[in-house]
Amino acid sequence: MSLAADAPRSAARGPVLDFWFRFARNRGALLGLLILLAVIAVAILATVMFPQSPWKMVQRPFLAPFQVEGLPLGTDTLGRDVASGLAHGARVSLIVGLVSTLFSLAIGVPLGAAAGYFGGIVDDALMRFTEFFQTIPPFALAIVLVAIFQPSLTSIVAAIAVVSWPPVARLVRAEVMSLKRREFVEASRLAGLSNAHILVRQILPNAMSPIIVMASLMVATAILLESSLSFLGLGDPNIMSWGYMIGASRTVIRTAWWLSFFPGVAILVTVLALNLIGEGLNDALNPRLARKGR
Amino acid sequence: MRILSLIATRLAKAVVVLLLIVIANFLLIHAAPGDPAAVMAGEAGAADEKFIAQLRERFGLDQPFLVQLWTYVKGVLQLNLGYSYRQQAPVLDLILERLPATLLLTLTAFVISLTLGVVSGVVAAARQGKWTDSLVTSLALLFYATPLYWLALMAVLLFSVQLGWLPGYGYETIGSDATGLAHALDVARHLVLPALTLGLFFTAIYMRMTRASMLEVSGMDFVKTAKAKGLSPGRVQRRHVLRNALLPVVTLAGLQAGQLVGGAVLTETVFAWPGIGRLMFDALAQRDYNLLLGILLISAALVIAFNILTDVIYSIVDPRIGAAP
Repeated sequence: MSLAADAPRSAARGPVLDFWFRFARNRGALLGLLILLAVIAVAILATVMFPQSPWKMVQRPFLAPFQVEGLPLGTDTLGRDVASGLAHGARVSLIVGLVSTLFSLAIGVPLGAAAGYFGGIVDDALMRFTEFFQTIPPFALAIVLVAIFQPSLTSIVAAIAVVSWPPVARLVRAEVMSLKRREFVEASRLAGLSNAHILVRQILPNAMSPIIVMASLMVATAILLESSLSFLGLGDPNIMSWGYMIGASRTVIRTAWWLSFFPGVAILVTVLALNLIGEGLNDALNPRLARKGR
Repeated sequence: MRILSLIATRLAKAVVVLLLIVIANFLLIHAAPGDPAAVMAGEAGAADEKFIAQLRERFGLDQPFLVQLWTYVKGVLQLNLGYSYRQQAPVLDLILERLPATLLLTLTAFVISLTLGVVSGVVAAARQGKWTDSLVTSLALLFYATPLYWLALMAVLLFSVQLGWLPGYGYETIGSDATGLAHALDVARHLVLPALTLGLFFTAIYMRMTRASMLEVSGMDFVKTAKAKGLSPGRVQRRHVLRNALLPVVTLAGLQAGQLVGGAVLTETVFAWPGIGRLMFDALAQRDYNLLLGILLISAALVIAFNILTDVIYSIVDPRIGAAP
């Protein structure tokens, strides 16, 4: 049993180091990692750097950046500190991105794995179900879900997960379908292992690389989705987020450009970092595929 | 003939899917907390029981759930999407009035993104490793990470407010009585910024896909054969590489259609573009459920139409694909 499981993995010697070297060869990925670490640091330190609530008014409204010491990014329409909003918003973006990705993996991986492994009617039924979900425009569905179940952190995370799982299911299905014909799976079957055991312990571990790459890109997409919802006023009303900051200052963009500009840059940089990391992970985990594409 | 039968089978399937979507959306909206009759009565300033009961009876909300569902489905089959009590008009009329603007916007964005994406992807692949490649690839990465609505706001700020080159909102100049060509040009000027900002994100996707696909196909055996036959490099690129490299791009374009329609909600909001995206947002804010159901159905139909269109294009581009549905 251990023989069968180890066979496909045995190629890598010193797997962690090996992985890191391949990842670090992609300079963009390193840059992305640095940026992401910085964003994480800001998110963690937000309450230390800006102990006051980001909703609190601290100065007169519409203060331009660098006019008053201590308020490097100025104040918004109600005199709230933009820099504090950005720091606290980093938290929301990262948490929503991560948690909703985990939830969509929790839906997509089992569905895709079952469809790919069992084939036949199970596959047909699950794939029709997946296609059905892909027919409703994802962003429109997310808006409706959040609006109907009232905007809150929970409903936002749930809505993003509900609209993002179909690509995961398709990817996992394709991976499982190709893996289940391999010799080590044959061997496990001959050894009398149960379907559940083969699927969870033998096949899925070998399908992890593309799932990890996709997950890193999904965190980026989820952050974009959350910011779009908040921009439309469908964010959690108790939580400061980047999308909300842009949406709230939209009407004054002609006079106070910085209110929309900085949160947008924050989103762009964070999403860019995650995408770069995704590419690096792809290079490091699927070296064969990566070389083909460049 | 083959293409016709492909379209026929796909259309038959589409009807089934759309019916299922009608039912699913109906279930979803009725799962929502809050009684629409109570909301309406509350807003009318008369929240007494008798008035709410009257409202319920008038809108059929007092019927058992299955009867309500059956009435709705029966209506949809007769192309009757119900009545919007908020806007005092049939839902279908409201949607049809707004649909052309959304179609104009999404189709323009679709054409822009596909053309720009494929051309820049081909150029980047041909100059692999040179500065043109790096430039195009970096731009694609950047656009791929940019929030669409923010890009739209910044474009308005730069091109409309600062430079004054293009109008920053609306479908046409308000109060202008231009007709014919002058009117078309006016609409086109209003279309530039919304279509470009909606299209740039998708341009980035098609560019990356085209570049990767071109490089992958270039390394295949049949390309070596074509070169060995003595065909000119340009001919090999156009006739052999590009044609095969475009297949995954076409598939992707079909899958992206739904996102394009969803993205229109944001773009239409920023640019005050009078399409169904904004109509949907208004319907949500006012809890206008009949209108919302209708819009969801129409956008799903749009997605299916886009998918069928890409399947047809696929079967034209790739003759190996039979009419298999």
